Amino acid sequence: MDVNSIAKLSNLTLTDSQQKIFAPQFAETLKYVDLINQLDTSNIVPTSQVTGLINVFHDDVIDNTRLLQAPKINRGYYVK
Amino acid sequence: MLNNSTIVDALAGLRSGKFSAVELTQSCLNQIQKHNPKIHAFLTINEQALTQAKQADLSKPLGGIPIAVKDNFLTMGLPTTASSRVLEGYLPPYESTVTQKLRSSGAIIIGKTNMDAWAHGSSTETSDFGTTLNPWNIDYLPGGSSGGSTAAVAADMCLGAIGSETAGSIRQPASWCGVTGFKPTYGRVSRYGVIAMASSTDSPGPITKTIEDAALLLSVIAGHDPHDATSSPNPIPDFKNLKLKNKNLKIAFPKEYLDVIQPEIKSQILAAVKKLEDLGHTVEETSLIHPKYSIGVYTILQRSEVSSNLSRYDGIRFGHDRSYFAEEAKRRIMLGTYALSSGYYDQYYNKAQKVRTLIINDFNQAFNRYDLIINPSSPSTALKVGATENAAMFGEMQDILVEPSSIAGLTGISLPCGFANGLPIGFGLVGPQFSEELVLQVAHQFQENTDYHLKRPTTNIK
Repeated sequence: MDVNSIAKLSNLTLTDSQQKIFAPQFAETLKYVDLINQLDTSNIVPTSQVTGLINVFHDDVIDNTRLLQAPKINRGYYVK
Repeated sequence: MLNNSTIVDALAGLRSGKFSAVELTQSCLNQIQKHNPKIHAFLTINEQALTQAKQADLSKPLGGIPIAVKDNFLTMGLPTTASSRVLEGYLPPYESTVTQKLRSSGAIIIGKTNMDAWAHGSSTETSDFGTTLNPWNIDYLPGGSSGGSTAAVAADMCLGAIGSETAGSIRQPASWCGVTGFKPTYGRVSRYGVIAMASSTDSPGPITKTIEDAALLLSVIAGHDPHDATSSPNPIPDFKNLKLKNKNLKIAFPKEYLDVIQPEIKSQILAAVKKLEDLGHTVEETSLIHPKYSIGVYTILQRSEVSSNLSRYDGIRFGHDRSYFAEEAKRRIMLGTYALSSGYYDQYYNKAQKVRTLIINDFNQAFNRYDLIINPSSPSTALKVGATENAAMFGEMQDILVEPSSIAGLTGISLPCGFANGLPIGFGLVGPQFSEELVLQVAHQFQENTDYHLKRPTTNIK
């Protein structure tokens, strides 16, 4: 793994010591992760979520009742 | 002392006028003042606690009861940091559904508890604000990531607490701290307003001194939430009904789990199994996919989801910038980014999701034959402070026993079953999705016939 390019993709800056220690740590982690390739998953459908729920919708209505009521507001938007 | 009480007993005492909510809250605050400087379970104490206690409505389900809340639950008016410097001083503009429900049921949120930063760990040692210490022996860790909550309950600083579990973060620290920790089915309790770790497994849940208290807290916080699209529309049964109807359940004991358990706790785990048999249940050895594969699956899925969830912390709209992330957060974000990146997505993330299906199918097959599965929470008792240093995947390795059930979104419990070298051991049960009643009932039966959960470390807190 190219630690510097992944840091860039992750929008993170690494210290000098982190740059040194991360590469072998990632290698160790990925070696453990590679164990999953021992299992046969041909014809298995991936599971991304376990609820079985699909198409959970609600009406597009703004509800401010549970939001902070007293901050600075400019044209309906909170101001930091 | 009032803070030593259970929630159920305290409710009775309050309602019969034996003591006031102010006295009860003050008792907890005194305990916090006495021991928190050493134990460091709490990051923030609610300065309005006594005022709120004065106005407590004793007719409400948790009226006047002081509850601690893990610091990844957004609480308006109380800083919420997920134990990270990125969110140091952050005051949320909205309330999590869980804490909203606690407030509406009359509970006093006494403070926010310490955790592994962003819940990335199984020790609480990766907190950016210093680790929590185990009340049973302060040379040891409380476990994590809900270590502040479990330590607070074990040390009687509150009557109960709220934690969250992505893979073991309720059950494992509960076992290290000798308290009861319950992980509801994924989707049973709303994640709205919980700082997300792995969105497909995060499960808020109660941490208490007894099963009765856990069932009561669960009945307050569970339920469908329109703000959480993954929350279950399944109706909520009466969790407080702990009478077990079927006295002869078929319970599986996976031999792969027994392999992973350290020798020091084996005899107590087997004694707990024997206790279930003495109570009339049938325990049979079975075989499940070895949990070592769950480590890889969980590491990839969780770190991938973490990399996505933590991308919102840009320091522009709120919080500090990304240079405030500590080492473990950076490691997890980067591995997740890598696993999701072009050229690696199929090899890692997609493959992990397929193995997830295998694990789910494996459990489904087991639950066709068995009512429950025995599932100890941790391979060992608590580890010493410093144990997580230089460990690239400490958390994921520690949680080997609880990752399979978390990946599958099942429900599970950890309850005290003994001690080794003065440190608590956690026994566990796992049930199919939405079988909370059965898990709680069997756990309650176990607690009615043992007294491990009544032990307290008060003499050891120096």
